Amino acid sequence: MKSRIIFAAVVALFATQLHAKTLIFCSEGSPEGFTPSLYTAGTTFDASSRQVYNRLVEFEIGTTKIIPGLAESWTISPDGLIYTFKLRKGVKFHTTKDFTPSRDFNAEDVLFSFERQFSKDHPYHMVSGGAYEYFNGMSMPDLIKRIEKVDDYTVRFVLNRPESPMIANLAMDFASIHSAEYAEKMATAGTMDTFDQSPVGTGPFQLVAYQKDAFIRYKAHPDFFRGKAAIDDLVFAITPDASVRYQKLKAGECHVMPYPNPADIAAMRTDPAVNLMSQEGLNVGYLAYNSLVPPFDNPRVRKALNMAINKQAIIDAVFQGAGKVAKNPIPPTIWSYNNATADDPYDPAAAKAALAAESVQNLKMKVWAMPVQRPYNPNARRMAELIQSDFGKVGVEVEIVSYEWGEYLKRSKEKDRDGAVLLGWTGDNGDPDNFLAVLLGCDGVGGSNRAQWCYQPFEDLIQKAKVVSDIAERTRLYEQAQIEFKSQAPWATIAHSVVFKPLRKEVVGFKIDPFGGHSFYGVDLK
Amino acid sequence: MFRFLLSRLMMIVPTFIGVTIAAFSFIRLLPGDPILLMAGERGVTPERRAELEQVMGFDRPLWEQYLGFLGDLLQGDLGVSIVTKAPVLEEFLGRFPATIELSVIAIIFAVALGLPAGVIAAVRRGSIFDHTVMGVSLTGYSMPIFWWGLLLIILFSGILGWTPVSGRISFLYYFEPVTGFMLIDSLLSGQSGAFQSAVMHLILPAVVLGTIPLAVIARQTRSAMLEVLSEDYVRTARAKGLSPARVIGVHALRNALITVVTVIGLQVGVLLAGAILTETIFAWPGIGKWMIDSIFRRDYPSVQGGLLMIASIVMLVNLIVDLTYGLINPSIRHER
Repeated sequence: MKSRIIFAAVVALFATQLHAKTLIFCSEGSPEGFTPSLYTAGTTFDASSRQVYNRLVEFEIGTTKIIPGLAESWTISPDGLIYTFKLRKGVKFHTTKDFTPSRDFNAEDVLFSFERQFSKDHPYHMVSGGAYEYFNGMSMPDLIKRIEKVDDYTVRFVLNRPESPMIANLAMDFASIHSAEYAEKMATAGTMDTFDQSPVGTGPFQLVAYQKDAFIRYKAHPDFFRGKAAIDDLVFAITPDASVRYQKLKAGECHVMPYPNPADIAAMRTDPAVNLMSQEGLNVGYLAYNSLVPPFDNPRVRKALNMAINKQAIIDAVFQGAGKVAKNPIPPTIWSYNNATADDPYDPAAAKAALAAESVQNLKMKVWAMPVQRPYNPNARRMAELIQSDFGKVGVEVEIVSYEWGEYLKRSKEKDRDGAVLLGWTGDNGDPDNFLAVLLGCDGVGGSNRAQWCYQPFEDLIQKAKVVSDIAERTRLYEQAQIEFKSQAPWATIAHSVVFKPLRKEVVGFKIDPFGGHSFYGVDLK
Repeated sequence: MFRFLLSRLMMIVPTFIGVTIAAFSFIRLLPGDPILLMAGERGVTPERRAELEQVMGFDRPLWEQYLGFLGDLLQGDLGVSIVTKAPVLEEFLGRFPATIELSVIAIIFAVALGLPAGVIAAVRRGSIFDHTVMGVSLTGYSMPIFWWGLLLIILFSGILGWTPVSGRISFLYYFEPVTGFMLIDSLLSGQSGAFQSAVMHLILPAVVLGTIPLAVIARQTRSAMLEVLSEDYVRTARAKGLSPARVIGVHALRNALITVVTVIGLQVGVLLAGAILTETIFAWPGIGKWMIDSIFRRDYPSVQGGLLMIASIVMLVNLIVDLTYGLINPSIRHER
């Protein structure tokens, strides 16, 4: 009898293994850790927040639309200072080898997750380095006055000032919700570091094993509040080289791969095993003039230079087709994108005449080329050379300069910087404020506003849009702001990249994330 | 022998101190700032920067940081990575077995092919075999590792489908690592097919990593053998009527091995350098890829800790090479 039971158990186990669906994602690198608030890399978010955790509110997968997450609903006080969240009941945390939860998710977990980042006295604040760069970068310490537990399933955020993008901020990776009970258990055991290395969340997948630079294994969370994932196991096969990732995809060693080589795109299009998905990225690449330094303080000079740039040639040569000409400072995938604005036409003769009309002759300038590759600018040196050639045709002599990346970022902020800077931005939360205020607001002069451009009509519009909660009104304000931007041309808007995502034909339900991440909930294998 | 060992060990001390200074200062001499790199396009406020500098210990003078590094080192502490916040020693040791496993198999491959090829080329000097070995080894020596690796992947994994593309073992197998060496762990796991999978995954990276040492060993063996074969004692051995196999195998090769072992010892450094590229191509979770990532991120503690560990290994291997001279040829007396 005993042997029969064992035999039946073995057969059942075997049958389970045979039917277990395993999806392999050839990821590009190792995560820095598994607590998203401590880190800034997309690779880390893919491995942590997007599989293991949830947030109070979330981006609907594949869109920038905000949907309820661990909060079922929320209200905002008329003065825009109090955000009250009603929490979802019956949400289960993962059961792991280190932790078996004794209770469901509740307000304590929300308080723990934010207070760890917010309060320097919190016992976990300094654990694992204590650098909460996104929390700080999104001005949360200045913005949040306090966070209160109203009852077990109601939480209130009290702000110091109205901030319309607040809800979008709370959908970001750093706002992932952790288990306060797990944190307490690890603290009692004296193993607080384990909390950040062996994650416990409420998300669709739970961590099974991680070997640095080799793989990450997850299994589906059986009690996930939106229903168990269609796949049973998820494996991240860490594969740093893009060409090798493609070979693995072709050989069936992985199902989905990120960041293909532009040179491989043509082969992928004709590969019968591969489904090549594409979508415009949530980013913009630009050339920022220094609007504090003559003659670039003159908008007519800036517009004339913009007319000298052959953007389509840049898209063809630098992006190899994987890009789209940018005319606005925000990408078309973001709400409030103003399609009615007219781009400065490519017209070298008119550019030359316009420069002459402003008495700009024998102009010599520097163009700064980034030393790194980014989706919004895969080859800044080449882009700078093309701009050098274009400007040369209208009588402007360009010297290309570059620095080590950290130095580049530092020096390009200086108000008396000599030259125009190639740079770009990838959106964090899908809110126009995340582009327009960060990159072009007066507060950013000497910082992230590389054009050093402070233009009051534009500033008034974006500041008003920050405090108005009505989306229609905000849309109108941002559309107008884009018109002001085009009229003043502090940047030459160059391109928005097109993101390609190759996956095997048997993968269904995968959606490209506009933020560049990878979520595997809702994905299945045929 | 003991005195020789002692004198070598005493030489290691100043070398080691020199390495700590080099490891500490080189990464700081490079332009770039870990905090700015971490913040990226988003930037960091001066106040926040000051806070982070304090947390990371960069607000102290350099000499103080160096003394802190030395003090921690004496207690076996290599510091904490500023990127992953994990102890550097843990990061290093977690990856080290993978690099060792790959390097050992690569050097076995290089010696197993390079040594006989060099010997035969020397014995049949001027023959087609000799020219072929020299031509192939020159090509192997000049082969860019990245290109060579991709070429082999496309041919053997993509077109022929004989070997897996990358990684250490198929994802069909999973077991907790015991030793960190996949060949051993796969055997210990008892899972059917796991060991074969580990072997298949090792073939291409070991061939790619072993190509340059193979070329060097073949060429050095050939020239060392040619030199020895023209010595009087070899001529005497032949005149005594010893078989060609005994003349070459016992009398000539044993003396030629001194040079060859030195070369193999020096190849350890080459292997560790080659591992950086090989590990990147084959997604091999070793220290090479980790070091490169750490350098790009200006992760000072990881770079200085990693460099120190690698330099220590190279010093240790060269010490072992020195000691083996006496074993290969007892006429070499270390006491002198």
